[in-house]
Amino acid sequence: MNASIQSINMPKWGMSMSEGKLVKWLVSEGDAIKPGQEIMEVETDKITNVVEAQDAGILRRRVAAEDETLPVGALLAVLADASVADSEIDQYVDANRVVAVDADGETSLISKIQVDGRTVNIMDSGGESDKAFLLIHGFGGDLNNWLFNFEELAKHERTIAIDLPGHGQSSKDVGDGAAVNLIAAVDGVIDALGLKAVHFVGHSMGGMVAALAVIGRPAVAGSLTLLAPAGFTTPVNEAYLASFIAADDRKEMKRVLSDLFAEPSVVTRDMVNDVLQYKRIDGVNAALGLLASNALKAPEAGGLAAQLSGLGCPVRIFWGAEDKVIPPPQSDAVYAAFDISVIDGKGHMLHMEAASDLNAAILQQLATD
Amino acid sequence: MPKKTFKQAITEAHFLEMRRDPRVIVMGEDVAGGQGASGEADAWGGSEGATKGLYTEFGPSRVLDTPLTESAFIGAAVGAATQGLRPVADLMFFDFIGVCFDQLYNQAAKFRYMFGGKAVTPVVVRAMIGAGFRAAAQHSQCLYPIVTHIPGLKVVIPSNPYDAKGLLIQAIRDDDPVIFLEHKLLYGVTGEVPDDSYTVPFGEANVLREGKDVTIVALGLMVQVAMDAAKELDTLGIKATVIDPRTTSPLDLETIVESVEETGHLVIVDESSPRCNIATDIAAQVADQAFHALRGPIKMVTPPHTPVPFSPVLEDLYIPRAEHVVTAVQATVPAKKKGN
Repeated sequence: MNASIQSINMPKWGMSMSEGKLVKWLVSEGDAIKPGQEIMEVETDKITNVVEAQDAGILRRRVAAEDETLPVGALLAVLADASVADSEIDQYVDANRVVAVDADGETSLISKIQVDGRTVNIMDSGGESDKAFLLIHGFGGDLNNWLFNFEELAKHERTIAIDLPGHGQSSKDVGDGAAVNLIAAVDGVIDALGLKAVHFVGHSMGGMVAALAVIGRPAVAGSLTLLAPAGFTTPVNEAYLASFIAADDRKEMKRVLSDLFAEPSVVTRDMVNDVLQYKRIDGVNAALGLLASNALKAPEAGGLAAQLSGLGCPVRIFWGAEDKVIPPPQSDAVYAAFDISVIDGKGHMLHMEAASDLNAAILQQLATD
Repeated sequence: MPKKTFKQAITEAHFLEMRRDPRVIVMGEDVAGGQGASGEADAWGGSEGATKGLYTEFGPSRVLDTPLTESAFIGAAVGAATQGLRPVADLMFFDFIGVCFDQLYNQAAKFRYMFGGKAVTPVVVRAMIGAGFRAAAQHSQCLYPIVTHIPGLKVVIPSNPYDAKGLLIQAIRDDDPVIFLEHKLLYGVTGEVPDDSYTVPFGEANVLREGKDVTIVALGLMVQVAMDAAKELDTLGIKATVIDPRTTSPLDLETIVESVEETGHLVIVDESSPRCNIATDIAAQVADQAFHALRGPIKMVTPPHTPVPFSPVLEDLYIPRAEHVVTAVQATVPAKKKGN
């Protein structure tokens, strides 16, 4: 097999994705492709997103057709230098067209850890390394929010995503709803897995939890990446929290969720159904109410920003310029003190809306060891 | 998320609600029967074993065997509900509704209304429906139109394990009488079901897929038939929306009408006898509310107007199949070029 031939395959975006539909090609055969270039749009039951090239090369073959539904891992396109013969491309396509579908492969990544009587659900890409990415979702989210990030990060380092108490498949008990209850779960996971160098990545409320976990035990912190963190300087939009908790039908839930994105049309029927199903689990709305009024209450003067300065590990912060849930900080002093990137045209769900930029930035944190 | 069968989802809903609320009791024929019988450590848990294990955990005071007298035990369940218990009565085959109908349609359904809202009747009547079980004409009917007709009764027809658990928990927590109907051929169907307790609200249809050419409404076992038909229609270039109302009373007409306003075409798949059934009801209401959105006739896919045959060959012919749905769609949606 010619080493200079690179494939583009059907990605796996989250636990439940087993197949995807190629909606639209964005490049033509013969185009010179750069890494990061958008190659095609793929639609799943839950979401539509673009697939980007990992490698450079000429797009020699569009293997899949528009409107075709193919399993995860299926060969979609072939990149190679102009020097590779067409016959070699043909051979490559023939040899790689069929993929073995491992229907339940992902379920083995899921495990449950007992922390102080609570069950904490995690997705762990595995390995024995005591160095790992630890991904912490936001208010009302779960570990599936990292669907565009988990697999990419896990290619480079052990990656663990956690369901915070009150969320996902973890226990719905959040105690009094103060942040300590969430931090205890994170600490419990770190201890149970014996992690020694944790690269924390936290979104929104999960960003606040990650920051407080690092402040509490700086010795294990390899780095801290915060995406639109709660409590940094500004409080979370209270109207958003209240309407998220109150929403109990599809229309209302869809309206609330569209506030999370700069482009509201990305909110699909399945995304709305998933959140409604979660909210209809006994105890969830009560837990969210406690978290909203305790963990997410307006930050003390200075907020997390005051506590994070002078921390030993590298801290990078990302914000969507159009974030309606936690708008970017306004104070110049904060921008002077921290490495903050504000991304134009993106909303609160940065890790979904700007996945490949963020994945690259998060991977750079590994180099800081 | 863990995978469970439809039957396991039903059993789990009982366990969770009986642990949560001591007022919940189960009664019916052979729900407690069988304990100590040869090879039986536990009770049978009803004719299909859907309540198996309850007797061991909750004992004879909350899992009650009844005589073979539906009129008596459905009446007792309704009475117990008015006095503060929350009974779940297993009628076994819904075809037996005839002998206990007064207790439901003229008693339970009327109490809240006739006592000025001061009386509540939180009773659930579970029963099996549907053909395909080789159980002959008296044990194979889909009689839900009869109860859907009665104001004051809520009627639930789950089509998958997730909905079965959430709808049954909602039914047990509901303060009105609920008729909860399980298609016999769904018990072995598997799907993702969370371990936690959760509810699925009544009157909220499930939109299983969205397509712009035709709206297909289906209930119970027919939901999978409609989904199979939609896949077949994909290959013909016709994109179907499939809607499962989940409850026929209350009925989420809004979701159906909104979809018809987009597609202009409606096909309803209903396993009950064709006259005065849910298909005719939805067809009439959509014609009344959204006639001007329709760009073709409303088509109904139902069995013929006959008793369910005992002959396996005829019984299989009796039940609507995906090919019937495809034909009905083609009869209302103009032929399309692929990719339109």
